[in-house]
Amino acid sequence: MLNEITTSRSNHLIDPIFHVWGWEIPVYLFIGGIVAGMMIISGYSIMKGRITEPDCSCRILPRISFILLSIGMFALFLDLEYKIHFWRLYTTFEIKSPMSWGAWILLLVYPVLIANILMAPPEYLNKYIKNPGNLSKKFRENRFILNATSYGNIVLGLGLGVYTGVLLSSMVSRPLWNSSLLAVLFLISGLSAAAAFVHMIARNVVERETLARADNIFLSIELVVIFLFIAGLLNSTEVQIKAAYLLLTGTYAVTFWVFVVGLGIIIPLLIQTRAVNHKVQHTAIAPVLVIMGGLILRFLIVEAGQYSHWLNAHF
Amino acid sequence: MSRLGMAIDTRKCVGCMDCVVACKTENNLPEGFDRDWITTEVSGSFPNLTMQIRTERCNHCSDTPCVSCCPTGASHIHDFGGVVLVDHDLCIGCKACVASCPYDARYIHPDGYADKCTFCIHRVENGEDPACVSVCPTYCMHFGDLDDPNSEVSKLVASRKSSVQHPAAGTKPNIFYLE
Repeated sequence: MLNEITTSRSNHLIDPIFHVWGWEIPVYLFIGGIVAGMMIISGYSIMKGRITEPDCSCRILPRISFILLSIGMFALFLDLEYKIHFWRLYTTFEIKSPMSWGAWILLLVYPVLIANILMAPPEYLNKYIKNPGNLSKKFRENRFILNATSYGNIVLGLGLGVYTGVLLSSMVSRPLWNSSLLAVLFLISGLSAAAAFVHMIARNVVERETLARADNIFLSIELVVIFLFIAGLLNSTEVQIKAAYLLLTGTYAVTFWVFVVGLGIIIPLLIQTRAVNHKVQHTAIAPVLVIMGGLILRFLIVEAGQYSHWLNAHF
Repeated sequence: MSRLGMAIDTRKCVGCMDCVVACKTENNLPEGFDRDWITTEVSGSFPNLTMQIRTERCNHCSDTPCVSCCPTGASHIHDFGGVVLVDHDLCIGCKACVASCPYDARYIHPDGYADKCTFCIHRVENGEDPACVSVCPTYCMHFGDLDDPNSEVSKLVASRKSSVQHPAAGTKPNIFYLE
């Protein structure tokens, strides 16, 4: 049966294929996710009292998070079409808007990261702060600051990771995004990428082993969440079934199966399982694959989500 | 509180694009951008085909994802008739509202803000019809208060078979297509 729709409309970025968000948004979502994961790992390490250990990753993660998050926010800024109005984000709080929540969460993340950095300040801060060692000692010995930084890292990390998914899943207009599991998927993917990163850079052997094991758990959960996400779409309305097939057999199938599921999850999971069982050495291959898989997942979801539509003509 | 909306008679619309030109002229739209447009839908199996021509625009929904997702409050529901509008001065051009509309009724104006049909609120507040309605040569477009049971649009929607676009999206559109 024929159902052909033609339109006289030709608005830029809307027609013929809807594509309002380019590389900036997936890059920002990925960075938000990995920073969220790093904050949770760092917060957990502080909670366990490991901030005083000289080789604990929680001493370096907040510095990396600070830089990464700033790059992510710059990407977000680049995406804005009315850049000189960006400050309007902070003149109101719109309770129903995930983007407004995100803007305020990001503002709260920075003080926690700075407090975390000051607990173990890098040497170059000696130029700017008088006696940083004394300051960091005060920070580490103050129970309130220690707890606030630890729980702040974990709570805001969870908020940041979840928000990156809710931002998309709240949009009923794009059938692929309209699943609450997207928030769980992005959170677990962020945790996985962060664990892979720490696995790659950790100087402490025990920490490296622990994070590799944790990453294996995160990757396994991610596989389950992807399965549930697809199953949820397949058991929903016609447009959502079609959106699921975009990933399973359609335009984005190769990216989904090869780069996200295969190279991004299954292969590194196999490598890391052998590594933690001491069958092979720990290398950067698996962590790099996990991190690349996380980045490609964000690109895939943003691109395919914009392609999925209520109008059948777009499929 | 009134609820402004339209009833568009798809049996009368011939797709002449007068409404499109009127809108572009009245609202001084940039070249290549449309707040309203003509859609032609052909469906069925040959030789039993049907064709519907209709003029489309923002549906000025009662449940508005574009307003909910706006992080600055730029997208808002106007007090007069529940018309969905964008405050250009508050807009940051994040495109969340553009992405959240199931009808793709919004676009980014070359000046950077999100833009869409306003039901020509500047005319309507002065007692006039929107420009598109006022120029339609086949009188296929009817504009008025859907909350007033005695208005022309309410009577048409009540008496004729009609539909809204993508009702399953849950946005409660206020533009009805008479079949």
